Amino acid sequence: MGTVALAAVHTKYNLLETARVPIAVIGSLAFPTLAFCLFVLPQRAVTGDPAFAAAAVASMVVFAFMSAGLFSIGIDLADQRAKPWAPFLRTLPGSPAARIIGLIAATLVVSIVAMIPLLIVGGLFTSAAPAPLDLLAAIGLVVLTAIPSQLIGFIIGTTCGPKAAIAVTQVAMFVLAFGGGLFLPPLLFPQWLDVASMVLPIRQAREIVVGAVLGTGVPLWAVLGIIAWTLVLAALAVFLYRRDEGRRYR
Amino acid sequence: MNAPLIHTDGLVKQFGDVTALGGVSLDVHAGECVGLLGPNGAGKTTLLTLVEGLRLPTRGRVRLFGGDPRDARSRIRLGTTPQATALPEALRAAEVLDFVAAHYPTPIARERIVDEFALGDLLRKQCGSLSGGQQRRLAVALAFVGDPELVLLDEPTTGLDVDARRALWDAVRARHTAGCAVVVTSHHLEEIEQLAERVVVIDEGVVRADDTLSAIVAGVARQRVTLAGLTPTQVAALEPTAVLTEDSRAGTVTAVLADSDAFVRRLVASDLPFSRLSVRGATLEEAFLTITKGAA
Repeated sequence: MGTVALAAVHTKYNLLETARVPIAVIGSLAFPTLAFCLFVLPQRAVTGDPAFAAAAVASMVVFAFMSAGLFSIGIDLADQRAKPWAPFLRTLPGSPAARIIGLIAATLVVSIVAMIPLLIVGGLFTSAAPAPLDLLAAIGLVVLTAIPSQLIGFIIGTTCGPKAAIAVTQVAMFVLAFGGGLFLPPLLFPQWLDVASMVLPIRQAREIVVGAVLGTGVPLWAVLGIIAWTLVLAALAVFLYRRDEGRRYR
Repeated sequence: MNAPLIHTDGLVKQFGDVTALGGVSLDVHAGECVGLLGPNGAGKTTLLTLVEGLRLPTRGRVRLFGGDPRDARSRIRLGTTPQATALPEALRAAEVLDFVAAHYPTPIARERIVDEFALGDLLRKQCGSLSGGQQRRLAVALAFVGDPELVLLDEPTTGLDVDARRALWDAVRARHTAGCAVVVTSHHLEEIEQLAERVVVIDEGVVRADDTLSAIVAGVARQRVTLAGLTPTQVAALEPTAVLTEDSRAGTVTAVLADSDAFVRRLVASDLPFSRLSVRGATLEEAFLTITKGAA
């Protein structure tokens, strides 16, 4: 079986396993919308302005995809690697890419579903009103630009034990979300932080998605940056997966 | 002879300063049934993880079907078994079988595996709800779904009762008869006797013996003689190589030794006041202890 077909099989069984634990699905689905209602909706200055509101919804979606990648993939994978099923899977024939793609695709599917209620709340309760084509482009781009975060999750899960993965993921999420301009808009950044932030894949994802939804165009530096990140992180993920010898104790 | 399915040459694996394998050279050919016998911690599992491509050797060479086991293409004709407790709890048994089969180009029809391993009643159940024995059966069946030429079974029947163990051995034997080479590790001599034709004894990371089943069994077979009324010193005088344990509460001395017939003849001839004499076959663990004592 080819890598793509095998990746689809992995995606299917990953989703099946997730779906058998309903509370986990409900949590993943409700989290982004809930966060939006608590942190963004009360801010009249943001929700009243169509551009600010659209950018806020876009940032929250980027954040949701990122945290799903870090938490679902990073912590789950670290947990699985501590159990004997993961080494068994590695003895099966099949390229490492199939397993990596399968995990990422399953997480993206859950994130896409979780995005729907958030978009509905954004459409109903804020003045955001993007052009339909811009909205579609933004939705497509949010999925593509989420891949580096999923790969970061995969790398954390492949290099850390279960307890370490929780700590590393939390720090990574905070640094990436803040540095990526998801907590504070980059407009408020001092110049040095703005420059540093533009190197981060999350900032690049945010600029691409916000640019698309507002119809102001996608900045080239962000596109080049995120493609470079995707390639480097994917190569690193495959390398680490191949090199991994399971959990080690001293 | 055709190229071996497994070829290792001077295989060394170290974990920090612990040497798990100290230079193992071993070939396994098509259709063989090889038992890897050794006490816990002897290096059996480490050897298998190197052959499966899960770990890299520190030194030496390992080939699987003539290729690098780290390369997925070398593992197309290989079947392995996960530890029982490892099955994904939320998936049903049928789903696990299909999922594993999807990795192989020409898997065996699911009905045949279900039939041979008696999995029919379990297919609709989630793995988390299966009993230990059922999980073990499913886990061993997974090694065969890809229609492999070689399977590696690491302690396949650990924790099973006698009936379940026999049933599993029968299923594995049926697959072996159908042409699949089997490598099985165990520290139970009985399990190896049931399955293997050739036995490789591994201890402290090196191959101690590699021979036919009957030759190995004769070499490691030991008897366990228990009797009362004698001191350990008196028993030791009769058989200096015996490994002795004294149970002062029961007032008995137990000797693990190679030739119980000769010992009993000497015992009777010595006219010592023994009582409650019993003789039975020693377990492999007990036998290994005597062998190590003899070597030291």
